[in-house]
Amino acid sequence: MLGLNRKDTILMLIVIALTLGAPVLLNPFPADSAMAQFNAGYPDLMQRFVIFGILAIGFNILFGLTGYLSFGHAAFLGVGSYAAVWMFKLLSMNVVPALVLSVVVAGLFSVLIGYVSLRRSGIYFSILTLAFAQMSYNMAYSVLTPITNGETGLQVYSNDPQYLLGNGPQVTHLFGLEMRAKAVVEMGGWTFDFSVGYYLAAIMMLAAFYLSLRIFRSPFGMMLRAVKSNQNRLNYTGINSRPYTLAAFVISGMYAGLAGGLLASMDPLAGAERMQWTASGEIVLMTILGGAGTLIGPVVGAVFIKYFENIFSKINEHVLHGWFGWLPDGVEDVVTWILARFVGEGWHLTLGLLFMLVVIFLPGGLVEGGQKLARLLRRSRPDGTTPSNTPAE
Amino acid sequence: MGILEIKGVNKRFGGLQALGNVNLSVEENTVHAIIGPNGAGKSTLLNCLVGKLIPDSGSVMFAGQSVLGRHPHEINQMGISRVFQTPEIFKDLSVFENVLIPCFAKRDGAFRMHAFETIEHERDIIEQAEAILADVNMLEKRDMIASSLSRGDKRRLEMAMCLVQEPRLLLLDEPTAGMARADTNNTIDLLKQIKAKRNITMAIIEHDMHVVFSLAERITVLAQGTPLVEDTPENIKGHPKVREAYLGEAQV
Amino acid sequence: MDAIILQILNGLDKGSAYALIALGLTLIFGTLGVVNFAHGALFMIGAFCAVALQRLFGLSKTTIDESQVDFLGNPLKVQTPYLESWFGHDFGQALIDWSVPLAILLAIPVMLAVGYVMERGLIKHFYKRPHADQILVTFGLAIVLQEIVKYYFGANPIPTPSPAAFRGSLDFGVLVGFDANVIIYPYWRLVYFLFSGVIIAAVFAFLQFTTFGMVVRAGMADRETVGLLGIDIDRRFTLMFGIAAAVAGLAGVMYTPILSPTYSMGMDFLVLSFVVVVVGGMGSLPGAVMSGFLLGILQSFASMNEVKSLLPGIDQIIIYLVAIIILLTRPRGLMGRKGVMEE
Ligand SMILES: Nc1ncnc2c1ncn2[C@@H]1O[C@H](COP(=O)(O)OP(=O)(O)OP(=O)(O)O)[C@@H](O)[C@H]1O
Ligand SMILES: [Mg+2]
Repeated sequence: MLGLNRKDTILMLIVIALTLGAPVLLNPFPADSAMAQFNAGYPDLMQRFVIFGILAIGFNILFGLTGYLSFGHAAFLGVGSYAAVWMFKLLSMNVVPALVLSVVVAGLFSVLIGYVSLRRSGIYFSILTLAFAQMSYNMAYSVLTPITNGETGLQVYSNDPQYLLGNGPQVTHLFGLEMRAKAVVEMGGWTFDFSVGYYLAAIMMLAAFYLSLRIFRSPFGMMLRAVKSNQNRLNYTGINSRPYTLAAFVISGMYAGLAGGLLASMDPLAGAERMQWTASGEIVLMTILGGAGTLIGPVVGAVFIKYFENIFSKINEHVLHGWFGWLPDGVEDVVTWILARFVGEGWHLTLGLLFMLVVIFLPGGLVEGGQKLARLLRRSRPDGTTPSNTPAE
Repeated sequence: MGILEIKGVNKRFGGLQALGNVNLSVEENTVHAIIGPNGAGKSTLLNCLVGKLIPDSGSVMFAGQSVLGRHPHEINQMGISRVFQTPEIFKDLSVFENVLIPCFAKRDGAFRMHAFETIEHERDIIEQAEAILADVNMLEKRDMIASSLSRGDKRRLEMAMCLVQEPRLLLLDEPTAGMARADTNNTIDLLKQIKAKRNITMAIIEHDMHVVFSLAERITVLAQGTPLVEDTPENIKGHPKVREAYLGEAQV
Repeated sequence: MDAIILQILNGLDKGSAYALIALGLTLIFGTLGVVNFAHGALFMIGAFCAVALQRLFGLSKTTIDESQVDFLGNPLKVQTPYLESWFGHDFGQALIDWSVPLAILLAIPVMLAVGYVMERGLIKHFYKRPHADQILVTFGLAIVLQEIVKYYFGANPIPTPSPAAFRGSLDFGVLVGFDANVIIYPYWRLVYFLFSGVIIAAVFAFLQFTTFGMVVRAGMADRETVGLLGIDIDRRFTLMFGIAAAVAGLAGVMYTPILSPTYSMGMDFLVLSFVVVVVGGMGSLPGAVMSGFLLGILQSFASMNEVKSLLPGIDQIIIYLVAIIILLTRPRGLMGRKGVMEE
């Protein structure tokens, strides 16, 4: 189907089913039960899952395939957001021109940065991209204030021209379909939100995923993996690796621009902090946590990080006491004190530790970890079916 | 006029004169061996041919065009392929993918944005790749990751990668080093076959005299960066200067 | 002319900090081949050694003075630092006043220990891993260290004054024949510059004149050969890492009166110091020092009003701009050896 073989078609169908069914699947607990706080099926969070999923899928095309570690990808995310908000200010609140412009602008920007940065490889490439991103970030706060609105951040004001607004909605919409509109379905104790914003972002992510699947299976994708494996040999084989890496860089920059545009479409705001290098670090983390170079790894990583960021920020010492009340008093205090360091404000600490643990113990990420586990389980099964050697999904 | 004309090439590394006034002509459709003791500058000379190094002075013409100052991929696209002294392969890719890449390079040139084509649908290229793997007896290893191959297999893979491009000039830097005797003989047979089948010119660096004398039609002896003599194998065998400079007491 | 001298002076203290951090980064990269993204965090930990000592010295016991009453009519509670009660008022006060320089004594063992644990516990396992992995794991470590400090000391900058004796400014202009008050330079910045000069000289002397240093330099030039000589490189590398950590830590301790420490200061300095290393030449110690000062001074020139009005925003990006130009035109940096990570 659609140029995919059987195995990839199945994978694609699974991803489609999971993405479209997410509003239900991510709300396994009844709305008024104690466990409802672990539900993730509300639009705001699900949107972040898929938008950061797009970002990570794109980053993976660069880092996962070519091995070029960019530490400045957040710049493209930020540029995409700014471009989208400008479209809202100048034209109307329709997201289509906004998304188109954010992809185009991020694409142009990444041609520029990529052209220069890709003249070096290894750690030099990382530092060049980092330098460009920090430069953009600093400029967004200083000289470029007329474009970025500095620390306040760029937003839509009522006196903006909005030439095409007419009688259209004042909030972001897709040809009249408002992003924040949603259908709420109640079934028994369960509540499910089906929101326009989520489904728009989800369809974008599915398209992005399909594209990356095709790239992975294409000669182009193989060339990118060859760059990572042995760039010298590639050159001596008659391939000019630079246009390949530049193409990968620009594609991943455009993915980031799309993600930035989508963020602005859900909430028409853009700030420079989206471009900071810690934000770039988060993109890297999502990708390696899920599994760089694997197909679904980046999405898994993005969902994992955004879910736990959300859950962990909600939990506090009080909540922990509630959970561990059954422990003897002294033990309970110690346990909650320790755990409290990692939740709420401590989320960043958890993130840092996660970063280290993944790099140390799970260089292949969660996807590879899962595969190893599955293989182990299969091996320990008495009927002795041989573990298959499927390459990373 | 040979297909490859090297004139007055010099290359210094700091104080070391690695190549001193090298003149060499390789005739089309011959196997030309370059021999010489360790450190004679043989690999350095090849590096100057494929764009890895740029000589300090001199000219290198291939089929009437200068190769100097061109990028390695451009030189390869002109028709020169090289097997390296230490195998250069795509170690994280499968054996099959390793030979697919030169096939694509040959058909599509240095760059093509084939992001939406699927490898599985490229029938012609897959057939080519399978054929060459069959030629080097590696078809059954096609799905192995290249880094897990034995040293000899890595060499054969690299040779397959170069041969499948059907280059006009094939440069081989000690293609049989580290191979078992049987494998060496297979390699000699393979190169002879290829030679017979296709119009391929070869420049081969080798320490193994058995290989040299089985294949070479002309031999250049390089010592301390300068060609000592160039002649047919028969004449080289008996040449006193060569015995002295290179072969020493070795039985030929 | 006076403006130029002023900018050079202003650039020196930031340049000193860059130089010291870059020196450590280069030592680690040169000897261990490790790209340490946690080096900025070491600078930050050093700074917080000063904060910790200041807090420690400030610990007071509360006594009740019956002879005085507060505004509610209760007996007045008097806080007396323990130091004062132990060593007498004057000496106790002096210790408190001098807590920043004294923190050096605390920072040296702390930083050596942190460096030791870091190298043995983590970095050691990454010698052979790709640079990308090293960057990622040390980046994670930097976040962890930063968050731990944030937990104990909060997120706000903590003022840590220099000793009272250094609080004024030197009228440097008068010394060299300008009018009064055109080139004034705070004493502490002068101290910082001299201090970093001493540290840099000490590191170079150590590398130049001790056998240990000789091995390290040989190792930086050609790691494999030194390994073959049967020298126990591992132990020396661990020590080297500790020294680099200590240098960064000391740079941090003494910087606190110039910039009130916050938990995130390390990251800011790290990014710039990396740029400094790249400009100086990966693996070149003199290059790191020189480009540290150079970029510090350049940055201070770029923040002159005349320059800013000509090229708005240049002060924000000058360092990155220089790095990009250098990397593209001379990838091995100003003083890097040919062939060291040139690609
Ligand atoms: N990039 C380089 N920089 C400095 N010196 C080099 C470089 N490449 C080669 N040399 C030196 O040039 C000389 C010739 O080296 P080359 O590798 O060409 O010898 P060779 O004939 O191929 O020897 P072998 O039979 O051992 O492969 C040697 O002394 C070598 O050390
Ligand atoms: Mg050689």
